Amino acid sequence: MNSTPVFVIFVASIFTNNILLASFLGMCSFLVCSNRIDTAFGLGAAVTFVMLFTTMIDYLIYHYVLIPLKLEFLSYIIFIAVIAAFVQFVEMFVERFSPKLYYALGIFLPLITVNCAILGASLFMVLRKYNFAQSTFFGLGSGIGWALAIALMAGLREKMGYSNVPARLRGPGIVMLVTGIIAMAFMGFAGMLKLQ
Amino acid sequence: MIVGVTAILVTVGIFIGLAAGLIIAEKRLANYGTCTVLLNEGSVVFEQLGGITLLSTLYEHKIFIPSACGGKGSCGYCKVRVLSGGGPLLPTETPYLSRVEQRAGVRLACQVKVKENIELWIPEELLEVKEYHAKVASVQSLTHDIKEINLDLIEPTEIKHRPGQYVQVLASSPEGPVYRAYSISSPTYEKNKVQLIVRLVPGGIASTYLHNLKEGEEIMFTGPFGEFRLSEDPETDVVLVGGGAGMAPIANIIYSIYDRWPDRHVNFFFGVRSTHDIFYLEEFEKLAEKHKSFKVTYALSDPLKEDEKWDGDTGFIHLSLDRRLAPKHRQQAFLCGPPPMIEAVTEVLKEKKLHDDNIFYDKF
Repeated sequence: MNSTPVFVIFVASIFTNNILLASFLGMCSFLVCSNRIDTAFGLGAAVTFVMLFTTMIDYLIYHYVLIPLKLEFLSYIIFIAVIAAFVQFVEMFVERFSPKLYYALGIFLPLITVNCAILGASLFMVLRKYNFAQSTFFGLGSGIGWALAIALMAGLREKMGYSNVPARLRGPGIVMLVTGIIAMAFMGFAGMLKLQ
Repeated sequence: MIVGVTAILVTVGIFIGLAAGLIIAEKRLANYGTCTVLLNEGSVVFEQLGGITLLSTLYEHKIFIPSACGGKGSCGYCKVRVLSGGGPLLPTETPYLSRVEQRAGVRLACQVKVKENIELWIPEELLEVKEYHAKVASVQSLTHDIKEINLDLIEPTEIKHRPGQYVQVLASSPEGPVYRAYSISSPTYEKNKVQLIVRLVPGGIASTYLHNLKEGEEIMFTGPFGEFRLSEDPETDVVLVGGGAGMAPIANIIYSIYDRWPDRHVNFFFGVRSTHDIFYLEEFEKLAEKHKSFKVTYALSDPLKEDEKWDGDTGFIHLSLDRRLAPKHRQQAFLCGPPPMIEAVTEVLKEKKLHDDNIFYDKF
């Protein structure tokens, strides 16, 4: 069992162990959907939502179904199925309540399914032997962390539209560089908290 | 062994659970209630359970707008003007809409979903489009791959169309029913029947279906559609150029014209490969004897073989057109055939001083 306090896990997963900036998971949609701040917020919110609920559901299935039956090896396929189903649900939800966001996110909404950060959160939860409360807050924190990172990036990219970026670096190139710098800034917090 | 069985059971169980959850969610979330669809300032109003596409809504209520791809968003025919309630323009539609159309609110009906009250405008004549049941009266081979199919209308018993319009034939295929467009070749005054001229396309769903029809079988189609507009002014000459199964709208135009204006000038050019592909020539020559103002020219594009006899034109049809047609402003042209033919002929017609607005064509 992991004895880290829930609050520490929550804060650490947002800042020091940010799933995007420290583990570099979920980069693909991060690179493509960080053009506009409102789209970034929308996708961030959707990812947070999916991550929170999939970690919770995955925890329950893993500990109450897979472990008692000694079927831990099924975890990957089950986790992915849960994520896929949940994304379908979110898609219906967003289409219903925010058609504009639905069309702005376009193909990236169903692609949350293959956002590795989400599967990553569920796998970290197993690896680090979190209990239910810890998993819940880890999922929520990781989601908020991912949303924070993409929103920061989108804000910077909107500003960068006015700056003179060298031609060869425009697009993904400069985004990668900036992401690296943000990641280093976030690691400045690393001494405060530690997650294992 | 036991682990394998439990693994399968657990996986299946969890998948079924997830699927059930999704079905419940869909019932709750994808339920948009009843929406009102209002057409052409209230000339047609109906209620519709929301959540499905505008195209299927319109078809359900027997309003048949043209659609060739069956709602996949790949033909761009199902354009309607959405005045309110269609949601934002989608990236899947923009390739088919010009800027003017986008500003006017034109949308592809197959991409718009009905989620709220919606107000539309469609061309008045599309409201006249009906669904027809017909019986095959006869099938006749015209050449090795072209058949003439005569249909007697069952319900409704009459069709009103302009010369050169087409119908959409419903053909069944392994992937569900598809609609394919075929021009009406019977003249407009024959109101109780529809004749189609169909070339067999290898692997073609609808042409295979139509070629396999037997006498007495029933068939369904919607129509009439089409933008061909024959001038009502008898002083306007008519130029008709066709190739292969492009005969269909042209035969309709010729017979419809001579029914109303016996002295109107019509120049008809028809391109085929060899003497084996010629059809209807005798009928048209007879018509030309009766109406001196009718001129018919067939041209063979392939070099003559030894057993073939031919004293008419040879070479591509646009060359015959170039030689035989006098330049004149007041003439209309109707073209029907393969794209390269249409392009070559359009160029010749422009040299002959025809205006773009007076050139109508069907490429296939």
